Amino acid sequence: MSEIRNVIIVGSGPAGYTAAIYAARAGLNPLVVAGSITAGGALMNTTEVENFPGFVEGVQGPELMQTLQAQAEKFGAEVMFDDATALQLEGDIKTVTVGMGTVYQTRAVILAMGSAYKEIGLEDEKRLSGKGVSWCATCDGFFFRNQDVVVIGGGDSAMEEATFLTRFANKVTIVHRRDELRASKVMADRAKADPKIEFVWNSEVIGLEGDVKLEGVTVRNRVTGLESTLRATGMFVAIGHDPRSELVKGVVDTDAEGYVQVEGRTTYTNVPGVFACGDLVDNRYRQAITAAGSGCAAALDAQRWLEDLEDAEHGLDEKQLLQGGAR
Amino acid sequence: MTEVVHATTDSFTADVLESDIPVVVDFWATWCGPCRAVAPILDELSSDYRGRLKVVKVDTDANPDLAMAYGVMSIPTLTFFRDGAVVKSIVGAKPKAALIGHFDEVLGA
Repeated sequence: MSEIRNVIIVGSGPAGYTAAIYAARAGLNPLVVAGSITAGGALMNTTEVENFPGFVEGVQGPELMQTLQAQAEKFGAEVMFDDATALQLEGDIKTVTVGMGTVYQTRAVILAMGSAYKEIGLEDEKRLSGKGVSWCATCDGFFFRNQDVVVIGGGDSAMEEATFLTRFANKVTIVHRRDELRASKVMADRAKADPKIEFVWNSEVIGLEGDVKLEGVTVRNRVTGLESTLRATGMFVAIGHDPRSELVKGVVDTDAEGYVQVEGRTTYTNVPGVFACGDLVDNRYRQAITAAGSGCAAALDAQRWLEDLEDAEHGLDEKQLLQGGAR
Repeated sequence: MTEVVHATTDSFTADVLESDIPVVVDFWATWCGPCRAVAPILDELSSDYRGRLKVVKVDTDANPDLAMAYGVMSIPTLTFFRDGAVVKSIVGAKPKAALIGHFDEVLGA
C-alpha cells in the first residue's frame, strides 16, 4: 500500500482543478484523479466560453481547462489521467481505487465528479445513438452539413449547441418543454435572432423514427396534446445533467436528484474529511465560475480540517488553544 | 510503442480490409474533445495488442467519404473489422477497461 496522502481530489473540471490549485499552494501535495476520458470535465466539449471572468475575448473551453491543469501542476499537484472506480470514505484513512485496481490512501477527499448528460429516456435513444442521436454538437455537427437537425432543451447548453450547429445544418429546430427559455438572455437572444433556428414550444419528444439511422423526431405539444413528427437526421440532446454521485451513493448524503448535500455554505459532507464541490453539489447555478469558487472553498475547508486533525493528534484541541493552554 | 496507422481513402483497403489480423478503426477529428481524450488509450492498446489487433485511425475531416461509407455520425466511433467485414461498432470515448473488454471480445478471448 502506498503512502498516506493529505488529500485526493476526484474530478478535474473547474471545481477539481481549482481545489487542486489551492490545495497545492497550501503544501498539501494533492493527487487529482482526473479521469481517463472525462479529464477537464464538461468544458472539454464546448467551444467558446464567454462568461468566465478574466477573458475579454472569451476562451475556448478545452484551452481554459488545460490552463487550469497547468496552474495546478505548477504548484505541485499530481494529476493522474485515470478513473476512480471505488471510494472508501469512512474512518481516518480513506482509500481511492483507481483504474485497474491501484489503491491510494488519504486523510481527506474532495469530491468533484461533476455531472453527466441527461438522456431523454426513450427506448430508441440508445439504439440510434451515434446514428443521428448525439450529446456533443462540437464533435458531431460536421456530419450534418446541409441537413435538418433538432436540439432538445431550453438552457444555455441547448442554445449554444443550436447556434453552433447553424454553421453546418440547413435548419435547426429547438424543441423545448415550456414556452420560455431558461437560457441566459444573451444566449437566448442570439438563438432567436438566427434565421436558421426555429422553435417548437411547449413540446416534448415522445418517439424517434428511423431503422438504421434517425429520420424523424416525434413531439407532443404539452398544451394541445397534438403530436407531430419533425423530419430530421440529427437530434442533439441538451436537457441538462445528472450529478455523477453513483460512486458515493449510500455513504455520502445526497438529495432525491442525487446531488451531494453539503453543510450550509461550506463544502462539508456528512462524512468527516470528505468535501464536495462543483456541479456535483449544485443544482442551482452550475456555472464554470461557481464550480471554481466552490472548488476553492473545498480546498480551504479540507486544509482547515487537516490542520485541526494535526492539532488533535498533538493533543491540542480548540478549547485548550482558546484557553491559552497550548504547549 | 507501435506507431498507430493513419489510413486514408486510398490506403483503407490495404490498411484495413486486407489486413491479416482484426482491425479497429478510430474515426476521429481534430476538433473532437472525446477523440483527443481516448487517443492516448488507443495508443497504449495499440502496443498491448501488437500482432493481434491493429489500431488504425481515420481523420473524418480529411476522409469524409470513409465516414459516410461506414455510417459514422458521431465521433469517436470505433469500428472493428475482421476479414474486411464490420464485426462491431462502438460510439463514444470509453475508459481503458471497457475498451479492453471490446478488444478481447472481438478476438474471441
